[in-house]
Amino acid sequence: MRFAVTGDNAALAAAVAGLLAKEAGPELIRAAWPGGAPERVDAVWRLLAGVGVPALLVPEPAGGLGLDENALTPLLTAFGRSGLPAPVAETVAVGAPLLAAAGSPWLGRLLTGEALLTVGRSGPAPVPFAARADLLLLRQGGQLRLYERGEAALEPVPSVDGSRALARVTARPGGGVLLAEGPAALGAARQRGVLGTCALLLGLGERMLELTVHHVKERQQFGVPVGSFQAVKHALADVLLALRFAAPAVLAAGWAQAAGEPDAALRTSMAKVLASDAARLAARSAIQCHGATGCTTEYELHLYAKRAWALAADWGGPAHHRQLIARELGLTEAGKVCLTRRQQPTPRWSATGRAVRWRWSP
Amino acid sequence: MDLTWSPAEQEFRREARSWLEANVPSPALPSGDTREGFAAHLEWERTLHRAGWSVVSWPREFGGRDATLWQWLIFEEEYYRAGGPQRVSQNGIFLLAPALFRFGTPEQQARILPRMAAAEDTWAQGWSEPGAGSDLASIRSSAIYDEQSHGWRLNGQKTWTTRGAFCTHLFGLFRTDPLAKRHHGLTYFLLPLDAPGVTVRGFPRLDGDEGFADVFLDDVLVPASDVLGGVGQGWPVAMATTGSERGLTLRSPGRYLHAATRLLELARTAPDGPGPYRDRVVQSWIEAQAYQLFTLGQVTDIAEGRPTGAESSLNKLFWSELDIRLHETALELLGPEAEAEGPWSKGYQFALSGPVYAGTNEIQRNIVAERLLGLPKG
Repeated sequence: MRFAVTGDNAALAAAVAGLLAKEAGPELIRAAWPGGAPERVDAVWRLLAGVGVPALLVPEPAGGLGLDENALTPLLTAFGRSGLPAPVAETVAVGAPLLAAAGSPWLGRLLTGEALLTVGRSGPAPVPFAARADLLLLRQGGQLRLYERGEAALEPVPSVDGSRALARVTARPGGGVLLAEGPAALGAARQRGVLGTCALLLGLGERMLELTVHHVKERQQFGVPVGSFQAVKHALADVLLALRFAAPAVLAAGWAQAAGEPDAALRTSMAKVLASDAARLAARSAIQCHGATGCTTEYELHLYAKRAWALAADWGGPAHHRQLIARELGLTEAGKVCLTRRQQPTPRWSATGRAVRWRWSP
Repeated sequence: MDLTWSPAEQEFRREARSWLEANVPSPALPSGDTREGFAAHLEWERTLHRAGWSVVSWPREFGGRDATLWQWLIFEEEYYRAGGPQRVSQNGIFLLAPALFRFGTPEQQARILPRMAAAEDTWAQGWSEPGAGSDLASIRSSAIYDEQSHGWRLNGQKTWTTRGAFCTHLFGLFRTDPLAKRHHGLTYFLLPLDAPGVTVRGFPRLDGDEGFADVFLDDVLVPASDVLGGVGQGWPVAMATTGSERGLTLRSPGRYLHAATRLLELARTAPDGPGPYRDRVVQSWIEAQAYQLFTLGQVTDIAEGRPTGAESSLNKLFWSELDIRLHETALELLGPEAEAEGPWSKGYQFALSGPVYAGTNEIQRNIVAERLLGLPKG
């Protein structure tokens, strides 16, 4: 038993975090908003590709780093902190390992950062980064098929987080190239996508908390820093609490995926519930504790808050994942009882009508 | 990174499980917070001790089995899984003992610890006073050195003392320097509750059990050898224990994992199923798992020499509020039956004290904000 990020994985994440701190500030996020200069983001993404970011989960013989999901969590947490507006989870966690496994000729350009990839479905639900992506990895029934940009019709959708490049995708069923099929392959890919998103949410939450702590120490009202008021302290303590209890769940989900544990799906859903709720709380409390400053787009906080809202709902929101967990735990949806555990119903009332004391200890 | 248990740890788990399955009393003992229940629990503590399970993490010379923190977590999981009785020796073995191991003289350790492990002596915590709850440093009970008797004369009142009416001994903080302010000039004393001048009056907790007591001290003579950690050192000695009280040694994940399992059973067997409470059941289950994972990370940190410090406040906030939500959901599932006395309604009334004891959650949030986030003191 050793439950902590290994030194190597932490060092890799720290090195990339250093690069992100230098190259990817709030101005870069704004560059990806409508009317900005998204090519600046592409340039930074190619720089990160140069140090092997998209190749993280690609096996070494295929030109990758050959690492596993244990490395994914700390690395993508660093990306979350930066707010880099790129399809990081889609590429690193889902696309690159699948392209490698399928021997796709696009792998090389994905690993150099020249090709941008996203993941979604053909249909009415908007797909993030679809308006900018060169490659669309679309789920159709039990298959994942890879479409090139020209093979699908795109209808851009204005989005709350302007950097998400949302578009509705219409693609011909059975078009593109078959990349993966079957519940095992699709399930694993989806779990990695959820995991990557959880890590991004943790990073975003940490970033928002950091900005807010800084703000409430500086901002003076009634002659004192507002961070000296208990109401503010307690709100931010709750944010830290939520983040610090979500982080181990995300790390454990990554471990379970890497180790091929049978409960990996359950752990991943649990991580998504905790990470989504923590990031949403962080966004809400950060905006509140910033006062009117938090209610503007001039200050950078909204960039992270809007991303957190998007990612909390992406890859299944907390309600969806709670539902998945409920099924795993044998709790059915509409108030019906799972029959497997009914062999020994607990006695509720004795003959005298007094409650029977159940075996219990505090 | 490895979230699996070693063969040795699995063997430890098997040994604990088979012993507990064979020995945990059934039907359950009456509440340990009543006089007759306490006596039954003492018998259980002695049974645990004879088999070497009462204080697994202590050194063998004091009655333990030198278990690692990992093994301790395993034991706790198995203990709750088996439905083991509440630990009436808890405040001694989990709160005083860590301070004794760190600050006690060899003589004190040899004299006190083996009897504590064997539940021959049971210890109550004498910190709170009528005017000193969350504001522990405002303690007014005093100790004055008596040259003639080579000891200290203790005066004052302690209150909300858990199981004080049934325990044999008290560990507590007393002001030894009347001129010193706040957390200076306090001293940590150890004393028997049958000493001349001690009056104990039990009173009921929220659930009606006589689990609390006032302890009145009227010129109680305590020998100098029963000062723990040095005169005037009471605050640092006590703070070393609050880490244990707020953190994982008082409330291990096993307790909440088991409670979440019971909640799942309740939801599955409720006449109408979980119904609209399904998400809340799931959420409590998730949070119990999250507490375990958080703890595994913490124990890794401790095992690798990274101190946890103020993080124990995060533990305390999390488990105490999880416990309430979990019980509230159970009571919802029970519907009209929740009004009848039962384990969930009793558990709920106890859970409500979680955000109060061991330092209120308001104080814990201040600690988190000031020490972990660096916000200014207000």
